[in-house]
Amino acid sequence: MATLGFLILFPLCVGIVLFAVRGEQARKAIVIGSSVIIAACSLWLIATNLGSSWTGFRFSSTVVDYCCTAIGVLIAGIILYYGVRYKNVLACVLAVIQVVGSLIFEFVFAHGVDVVFGLYFDSLSLIMTFIIGVVGTGICVYALGYMEDFQAHEPEDAPDRRPFFFGVMFIFLSAMYLIVFSNNMVWMFTGWEVTTLSSFLLIGYTRTEEAIANAFRQIIMNLLGGIGFLVALFSVVVLFNTLSLQEFIRLGGAYPMLAALPLAALAFAGITKAAQMPFHTWLLGAMVAPTPTSALLHSSTMVKAAVFLLLKLAPLMLVSPVPAAMTVLVGGVTFMMCSFMAISQSNAKRVLAYSTIANLGLIVACAGVGTPEAVWAGAFLMVFHAVAKSLLFLCVGTAEHHIGSRDIEDMDLLFERMPRLARFMMLGIMVMFVAPFGMLVAKWATLISFADMGQLALILLLGFGSAATFMFWAKWLGKLAGVAQRVENVEGSVHRSEWSAILVMAALSVLACINLPLLSRWLVEPYVVGIYGIAGQSIPMVDLLIAAALTTVIVIVLFAGLGKSRRRQVSVYLAGASADNENRIFRNSMSGETEATAHNWYLTDVFGEKSMAPIGSVCCIIVMILGVVVSAAFTTKGFGLLSAVLSLFGL
Amino acid sequence: MNLLFTLIGIVAFAVLAPCVGCLLAGLDRVISARMQGRVGPPLLQPYYDVRKLLQKEAASVNKVEDTYITCALVLSIVAGGIFFSGGNLLFSIFIITLSGLFFIVAAYSSRSPYAEVGAHRETLQVMAYEPMMLFMAVAFYLASGTFNSAGALFFAVPAVTVLWPVFLGFMFVLTIKLRKSPFDLSYSHHAHQDLVKGITTEMSGPTLAKVEIMHWCENVLFLGWTGLFFIWANPASIVLAIVVVLAVYFLEIWIDNNFARVKWQFLLRSAWIVALVCGLVNIGFLMYL
Repeated sequence: MATLGFLILFPLCVGIVLFAVRGEQARKAIVIGSSVIIAACSLWLIATNLGSSWTGFRFSSTVVDYCCTAIGVLIAGIILYYGVRYKNVLACVLAVIQVVGSLIFEFVFAHGVDVVFGLYFDSLSLIMTFIIGVVGTGICVYALGYMEDFQAHEPEDAPDRRPFFFGVMFIFLSAMYLIVFSNNMVWMFTGWEVTTLSSFLLIGYTRTEEAIANAFRQIIMNLLGGIGFLVALFSVVVLFNTLSLQEFIRLGGAYPMLAALPLAALAFAGITKAAQMPFHTWLLGAMVAPTPTSALLHSSTMVKAAVFLLLKLAPLMLVSPVPAAMTVLVGGVTFMMCSFMAISQSNAKRVLAYSTIANLGLIVACAGVGTPEAVWAGAFLMVFHAVAKSLLFLCVGTAEHHIGSRDIEDMDLLFERMPRLARFMMLGIMVMFVAPFGMLVAKWATLISFADMGQLALILLLGFGSAATFMFWAKWLGKLAGVAQRVENVEGSVHRSEWSAILVMAALSVLACINLPLLSRWLVEPYVVGIYGIAGQSIPMVDLLIAAALTTVIVIVLFAGLGKSRRRQVSVYLAGASADNENRIFRNSMSGETEATAHNWYLTDVFGEKSMAPIGSVCCIIVMILGVVVSAAFTTKGFGLLSAVLSLFGL
Repeated sequence: MNLLFTLIGIVAFAVLAPCVGCLLAGLDRVISARMQGRVGPPLLQPYYDVRKLLQKEAASVNKVEDTYITCALVLSIVAGGIFFSGGNLLFSIFIITLSGLFFIVAAYSSRSPYAEVGAHRETLQVMAYEPMMLFMAVAFYLASGTFNSAGALFFAVPAVTVLWPVFLGFMFVLTIKLRKSPFDLSYSHHAHQDLVKGITTEMSGPTLAKVEIMHWCENVLFLGWTGLFFIWANPASIVLAIVVVLAVYFLEIWIDNNFARVKWQFLLRSAWIVALVCGLVNIGFLMYL
């Protein structure tokens, strides 16, 4: 338990210290040192508990409860401060509702409800520990070099707010640990709100008008989700007289009708935080922040907390059809629609954002399906998405600082200009969408679980969405792969901290793909077996072995084989009207000279945001309203039945 | 299916598929010529062509194209080996998609205007046929309880009896996969199309030879998928499957010679509508009825 406490408190202390540290060198030392400590401690926790099932720790403390209440009030205070300063009424109102609600909850309802096992871990928390402790801290290290360049690009008189930036990042990590280790749902809720606030502060970091608008959009949507969480807390305590997550899942499984409302409310909270449609706009808006923020939000924190919670709730989804249908449909529709919209984007970060939302949709759908196979697939989607997406964000961030653009069209010839970086980016892209890499293996398991559960709609959504996924990744990959003669290499000035973080993410991606059977054996299966009693691994071992072998070969080809050929080189074909073959210049119909250029296809008429986003949002809104209302009706009815039965017995 | 069996399958496919594929390609040219009122080349002409390509100087527009093509060829053989050794149908679909991706990336890497247009179109074609491929695999799984192609050997009746909607949908996208007109947007054998060599514009000599061999292997694999619908526990069904496969191939050649190329909008819409209707009807039927 000491390790869990350390992992929660240490990043918090580091964060607070970083607020005060203004020296560049001191900050570097603290960030690198504490990242190494956190990562090592996380790995030690995982290594010493491989294959373990649910392990609870007897820990309950009124002091911690009061601390959580105080943090809740503090969060509301901070939001109110910014809300008043930037005149955002809605954010203020929601913050007030939330703080009043949580105070009433704490002093009227939760009073006297004791959670014996306050802290716990199981294999799913261990997976999250890995994602937070290794991927998350890796991004913090990367941010050192990135923010140095970022500050250099700012005007001379711009204030250096980097202490604030790094402080918030570490507090973010601490809050994530709190979420994954708390069995006490009130503590979990506190961590949940801290992540909301931290991302608000990080998104608004640059304080431009756009950044502030997007930060408020984020906080409004996530406060709505927070209110959903609060509704769940109220109903859990009223209906089941407990605040233990484990107890809730056990009792909810026994009385699925009663659990419908809290489950739907928690699912709603998860859906907002996982940026599912119609809430996807907050994650799209988050890309105005410096790239390490996006990397952190997309890969190791924030949205991952949401899918972590939903995967935890999967066994309940299996027995409560209404919240399950809501979760499945929102996830499935979001997956397909956001994959479609990604085709129409040329901004690399926007493509990444849409792909994140789409993949989260898939995980949400898996959680909604709730079978062992679906949870197995969802856990793997989470792992591979974390490593590959952070790799991609870090690569895009570095490319942006060196080629001056985050537009995919400008990444033409990156293979020559930044040869190593382009290869890492290509690796990240391939891990995201093609066999034999991990993400696709996980998608494959998803498909099987959908087929087994008779989820016709999900199969159709998955089929079309995956096809779109191929299109938008393949054309980006193609753009990167372009090779021309004599282009200047601009890679020399990339910071060492950036390289080391990128290298770690690339290594993790490859290792995770190759060792998928081992990860399954030691981390994912123990969790699934602990919950369902069966392993849920649905992909034949022989195929996993072939996939591992092919992955190895492709990685070797990508990093060692490409560009070694000694053939005679010739110019490209320009149909006989060329003026300068090497530079793709041809003679045009006016006898002048024109350079041949080819842009990618964005198919905006078919897959544009304008036509796609409203359809997806409206579908998801209808589904969610229906889901919550019907769940509430179920719970009321179940509650009525229970009272009737009790009164029959004269109780 | 154990690993050794799959490996043997891959080796066997690597030897046999190019031979069969070469004969099929020759047959295609002979039949096409007859349909156009010509005598046409000898049956082994594709073999002579590839042999000649292999003897040419290895020159290319960059240092990476050939590596990508080699990967694409090897992966198409792996995909075929997995399928014909009775392995996982879905996995073979995924691997052949990866092979297609390397082919596309090879064209992109050349930065030639024609090749890039071909690569864009090829990417779009993959997007157009991929849903139908997935639905076919899922329907096969629902009908047989396994993704392994060997599962067909235990059927009491051929799969086509319950999977005919998916089979029709597959027939539709097969035209795209075989790159036959009217769906030969990225690369064509007919000189009257707007873009002829498209994706392979910059590939020459041994590299082009590899592309040809890859197409032979792919064609054998795709026709293998076609035959899968007609296999059941009776060993004689293999003969029936071969007859059907040849008929389908003849049909594809006939379509190729009788339709003009369509625009990409039509390609995408029609392929997705077909996939939606066939997938919905067939998978829904298998799941709920």
